[in-house]
Amino acid sequence: MRTTRTGMIAAAFVTLVASTSVWAHHGTASFDTSKDLTLKGTVTEWIWANPHCFLKFDAMDDTGTVRNWAVEVSNPTDMTKRGWQRTSFKVGDAVTVNLQPVKNGAPIGRLRTVTLPDGSSLTAMGPAPVAAPPPQ
Amino acid sequence: MRALGSFVILLAVSAPAVYTQDWNSAGLPDNVINAPKTNAASAPKRDISGIWDSGGAGIGGPGYESPPWTEWAKEKAANYRPGNGPRAVYENDINDPLSTVCDPTGFPRQVLYETRPFQMVQTPTQVLILYMFERRWRVIWTDGRPLPKDPDPRWYGYSVGHWEDDTTFVVNTIGTDERSWLDNAGNPHSADLKVEERYHRVNHDLMEMTVTLDDPKAYTRPWTPRNKMRLTLAPPNFDMMEMICSPTEVIDFRRNINERTNNK
Repeated sequence: MRTTRTGMIAAAFVTLVASTSVWAHHGTASFDTSKDLTLKGTVTEWIWANPHCFLKFDAMDDTGTVRNWAVEVSNPTDMTKRGWQRTSFKVGDAVTVNLQPVKNGAPIGRLRTVTLPDGSSLTAMGPAPVAAPPPQ
Repeated sequence: MRALGSFVILLAVSAPAVYTQDWNSAGLPDNVINAPKTNAASAPKRDISGIWDSGGAGIGGPGYESPPWTEWAKEKAANYRPGNGPRAVYENDINDPLSTVCDPTGFPRQVLYETRPFQMVQTPTQVLILYMFERRWRVIWTDGRPLPKDPDPRWYGYSVGHWEDDTTFVVNTIGTDERSWLDNAGNPHSADLKVEERYHRVNHDLMEMTVTLDDPKAYTRPWTPRNKMRLTLAPPNFDMMEMICSPTEVIDFRRNINERTNNK
């Protein structure tokens, strides 16, 4: 089992390559890119749309207040390349979201990674998984 | 460890589907785009038909560092509030006509920004280019007609093409609509802009695209924002995803995200 798992992990790293994070249509002026916030919450809506998909979820912050967060990722095309789908989330899913919040304190942000109810994760920034070349 | 194991399984299940599926392909994966293609078969003569993908290189999100603007360009772009580049504003203040109200991408922005996969189709008198981004198309006339004199501006201009040699197709375009921007940095252009696109098929699987702009009304010299950008031939069963600016979706995005990022 250990050998198998080690092999799988090695295979995963082989298939990972550096990929430029794509935030094509706007910059990051409103976001505090130095902050790193992780929230546990419940999905209220998943919008699969251009120019950016975004996930809305209710989460309690460190003051005990529940707020409805809206966090953006890139467009459906780029997210498809990362393995995301229109059906990646459903209302009521328990998720853990790692994000960069906006500077003004509103519950808005850019999603970095999200952990799904089954324990798997999806990433929105940084290295992206890529496919093997097609058979010749 | 458990999370990483799940991630591995996710990769194994989802990644190959990106390439091999018959419908709704987002584009070729980076490792296919970046693979050397020096051993591929020779380029066919006078044939650039097929679906081509530049991968991440084609997206051009930050925009371009242009030559100096003329006084006309400074006045033209005085009220442009771009989302990227040296003049970028806060997200809620952006007034890019493409991303905020879904104006047409226009030309040449269509080949300078979001150059996602596109299909080239050759007929006896035309080359048609069908773009995934915004699901737009262009007609390049190859029937020998000259470019029009004093044309009415069009979002996608007027284009004629010819073969410079057996593997190089050259397109000349005029008559563009100066309401469109060149890029995300808010570089303007005038209706006097002349664009030359060069499509050089290096071998069967690889093509290079070069785009040169000559717009003395707006820029102090011609410039080449795309220089031999690599394009990889996609398999013939590649079905392009839709990637369309829908005003309904943009309004929803702005209401949920942009309008709440205000820093004022």
